This record gives sequence, structure tokens and C-alpha cells, in this order.
Amino acid sequence: MADRMATRVAIGGAAGFAGDRTDAAGPLVKALAQFAGPRFLMFETLAERTLALSQLERRRDPQTGFNPALDRFVGPVLATCLRERIRIIGNFGAANPRAAAARILALAQVQGLPVPRIAVVEGDDLAGVLSAQQLAARETGGAILHDASEIIAANVYLGAGEIAQALNEGADIVVTGRVADSALALGPLMHAFGWRADDWDRLAAGTLAGHLLECGSQVTGGYFADPPYKAVPEMAELGYPIAEIEAGGGMVITKPAGTGGRVDRATVIEQLLYEIHDPAAYLAPDVVLDVTDVAVEEIGPDRVRVTGARGRPAPPTLKATVCVDGGVLGEAEISYAGANAAARARLAAATIQERMRSRAPDLVVRTDAIGVVSVLGSNASAPDWPAEARDVRLRFAAQSHDSVAVERLLDEVEALYCAGPAGGSGVRRRLTPRLASASCLIERTFVSPRVTMLEHDPEKWVPVFGKRSCSNKAGGGA
Amino acid sequence: MSGRTVRLYEIANARSGDKGNRLNIALVCRDPAHYAAIARQVTAERVAAAFAGRKPSRVVRYDLPKLAAFNFVLDDVLEGGVNASLGLDGHGKSLSYVLLDIPVEIVNEPRAAVVGAVHAT
Repeated sequence: MADRMATRVAIGGAAGFAGDRTDAAGPLVKALAQFAGPRFLMFETLAERTLALSQLERRRDPQTGFNPALDRFVGPVLATCLRERIRIIGNFGAANPRAAAARILALAQVQGLPVPRIAVVEGDDLAGVLSAQQLAARETGGAILHDASEIIAANVYLGAGEIAQALNEGADIVVTGRVADSALALGPLMHAFGWRADDWDRLAAGTLAGHLLECGSQVTGGYFADPPYKAVPEMAELGYPIAEIEAGGGMVITKPAGTGGRVDRATVIEQLLYEIHDPAAYLAPDVVLDVTDVAVEEIGPDRVRVTGARGRPAPPTLKATVCVDGGVLGEAEISYAGANAAARARLAAATIQERMRSRAPDLVVRTDAIGVVSVLGSNASAPDWPAEARDVRLRFAAQSHDSVAVERLLDEVEALYCAGPAGGSGVRRRLTPRLASASCLIERTFVSPRVTMLEHDPEKWVPVFGKRSCSNKAGGGA
Repeated sequence: MSGRTVRLYEIANARSGDKGNRLNIALVCRDPAHYAAIARQVTAERVAAAFAGRKPSRVVRYDLPKLAAFNFVLDDVLEGGVNASLGLDGHGKSLSYVLLDIPVEIVNEPRAAVVGAVHAT
């Protein structure tokens, strides 16, 4: 077995979130095709809330619920990936991996390509596995689920094992729903190197590779520029990252030649620590990663070597994100400009607060003055803006399950057109349904991840999806 | 010791990320020579004070000397987090620059302003 194992693997990180640039994969695929060794392209498109929003989409239309930009992410590179055997792993399946797989097959057919072998990884969806009460009992650091009658989405972060299995079985494309972001890289590495599921240091290295790739350009100069202190060449054409990983776990982070951006110690270290809490214990489904002894070394232009990841045995539980109805968020804005703008805006804010206090006393109404103090304010503090402000955009916001009260706020802001201070203008109002999300720790015995290699006939893939939810009636997992 | 006072953004990089109502900010020295000065001055208490307006329930600093970096974890500063905050930046991702506004005294002069220019074209 060992003699067919690879010594070096390349993985490109083509997307860091659902709304990322969809043309980033082109240069990556071109560079990966030149790499001598197994090569993979990963798409991470599933932030915490994205999956719950996808679940709502799927309830409206059973053929949807996957990443709506799938065609634009995968379509342009599908032919080259299949021809060059660059295998694709993406969590763009979101709430409906089978429908996403069917869509990719359709893309291949439209482009006249050979029929790809597509695998789906499922088992992240806890609907029907745990009831709302059972999830509430497993919630960590909060009590959002305590009063929730209906769960909109409950998905556990799966590990890399099923992705590796799908690749072992010959998949050209692996479509997942919720998996740990880093598993999108660890899976291909376990497959290519034959890493054992208890080889903790190597699993840690693969998790680190995934962590560095999972936000796309955030390791190659994206989310970094701060002129004049931090310069990034050609921001408009950032190259997305490639990790070249060795069987021993060392890796080089780089990017395609001829692209913008930069890869150096500074960009790599910022991403290394991104969204990490205790650097000695970054919990992933397959391993606990310790980055405290990691070394980051520039070895050439846009080439950074990363070594020293250490691993400890995987945690006993898996994390799940659970989303419930969070009511509605109402936002309304109005502008005051020119002479004495600050005084008029301040009067408008006081007028709204006074009217809402008597008409919807339980509603917390936040006031911001955009461009003066908005991001740095808080719910508790009214904005304190300088008298010389000449261009003040007031923003009011409230959230509640009482949508009548929230709409009342929007009406009151709109009424400032006539009944407010002089010169108010440019009202915009918006009501957005909100999801509240909670984290739960789930015992592994409740989780049954599975791989399905799909038939070539898409009609056979997509079962009739009924409207589903794991409301409190759907228990039975325990 | 004759030092000079600078804002952190003149000598360090930072990036913040969120998980629920918890914010982390990685602070990375551009020049490892500043690590000791920052370690001495930018304590968890000092960072808690910089974020006093958001009333953090806990601030922890993790030290990463090998990377000349620190990781600050601030609990309960995101007004409920991205799904609950009424503010415009529920992720808190703009807040790394509140940390970078903290003044520190240094003895080593900062390196040339544009970092990483070695490999940039």
C-alpha cells in the first residue's frame, strides 16, 4: 500500500465564504494542473448562518438549499478539473448536497463533459435525530434553545473521514453539507497519504492546512491591506491560496504565479490565528490542534513554509450549530445634512425614542449616527456626535418576535419626513427575518455520517424531499 | 529607558474573528523586537479597558512568542453576536482596529513602514 502513497499533495482554496469571488478558481486550477502529485480544489462556502438560510430555501423549494452561486463557482473550472484529475471538495451542498450534486452533473452534461463520479457526504443534519429539548440540554454557553418550539436547522460539524472515504472510492467531486471547514483539506490528505485516524500530529497538520486555506484569500493578502503600513499588490486580482503538503505534515503556502496579493509571514500568521481561541487547543472533529510551536518561515517569493503543528486525541463530542426563529430585525435610516445638521439629527433621535417609549415600551431601540458613531457605539449609549457634523445619517434598529412593534419603529422613522425636524430626507426601511443560533455539544453515538456514490442518472439521486424539521415532536434519537 | 510612544498600528498587525458573542483578536508584531514591550504593556486588563464600552465579562491573552504574536479572547462584547446584535458590525470584525489604537512605549524604532515589500513587486 505504501508504494502508491503520494509524497506531496497540492490543495487550492477557491472560496472562503458563500459570497466570495467566483472567478478565483481559474488561476488556481491552472497552477494545480502543473503540480506533480495528487491535487485538489476546495470550496468553503458555509458560514454559521448560511446553512440555516439554505434550510429555509429548501423548505420553499425542495430542489434548492445548496449554494446559489454553485454554477459560477464550479462551472468555469469543471472541464479542466475533470481533464486534469483535480478533484473537487466543497461544502456547497449546504442543506441539500444531493441537489447540488445533481446540479453539477447537469453542468457537466451541458458542457459535454464525461460523467463525473460524484459523492455526497450526509449525516450532519440532526433533524429527526435529536428533539428540541434534547438539543437544548446540550446547548453550551447560553439558553437560546430553552424556549424554542421549532428548530430551523441543526447540523453537526462532521470530520474528514467520510471525505477521505469518498475519495478512496474514486470520487471526482465530493459534495458535503456541514463539515468542519478544515476537513475539506484534511479529507484529501488522509486519502492521499493514508494517514491513520489516530496519527494526531499529522491530522493536526492537515487541520492546520485546512485552517489556512478555508478563508480563501485571507492568507494571500485579502483582509490584510492597511495603507501605508500594510501594502498588498494588485488587490483587484488577488491570487487564492495553494497549500503544498508533505506526507510528514510540513507544508508550503503559496499562490498562483501572475496573480495579485502576497504570501509572507505576516499574512500567514494573521490567518493562522483567525477565529482561534486557545492556541494550544483548537477543537476539530478529528483532532485537537496545538499551534503554539508552529514555525512560519519565508523560503521564497510568495512561498511560506509552515511546520510544527501538534495534535492530541479528538474531543469526545461534536459541535453542532442550531438555529431557531429569532424574530425580525427592523432598520430605518434618515439623513440630516448641511448647516446645524447635528442638532436636527439629535432632535430626531430624541423624538423617536420618546414616541417609542410610550408606544412600544418593551422594545429596545438602538440609535446610530452613521459616519459619526455607529460601529463603535452600543445599544446602551446614544450617539454623541460633534456639533460640526454636516452629514449625519441616523439609523434606528430593533429586533423582536413582536413584528408589530418593530414595524411601528419603521413607521415612526418614516413619519419624520413630515413630523420631524427640518430637512430630514432619504428614508430607507427594511425588515429582515432573523435566526438565532446556538452551539451544542453532541455525543458521537448520535451522529452517523455516510458517503453515497451517486448513480449516473440524476433522476435516481434526488428523492422527493418533504418539508422537514426537527421540531419537538421529532424526537427519538435518545 | 528613553522610549517613544506609538500607536500599536504603527508596529503591529491585528485581525479579529467571532464565534457567537465572543471576539478574538490576534495581534502580531511586525518586528519581533517589539514583542517584549508589547507583552509588558498590552495586558488583558489594558485591552479590557480599551473595550470598556462593550463591557467584556472576561478577557484572556494567549502568548505565542514563536510567532511574536498574542491572541486576545474577549467574552460577551458583541452585543449578542452576529445573529442578535442591533449594531451594524455584529461580527465585530472591525474591532481589531480598536485594539490597534492602544498607545505603547517602544525603544526599538519600527521597521520601514511598508512591510513585506521584499516579495512584493
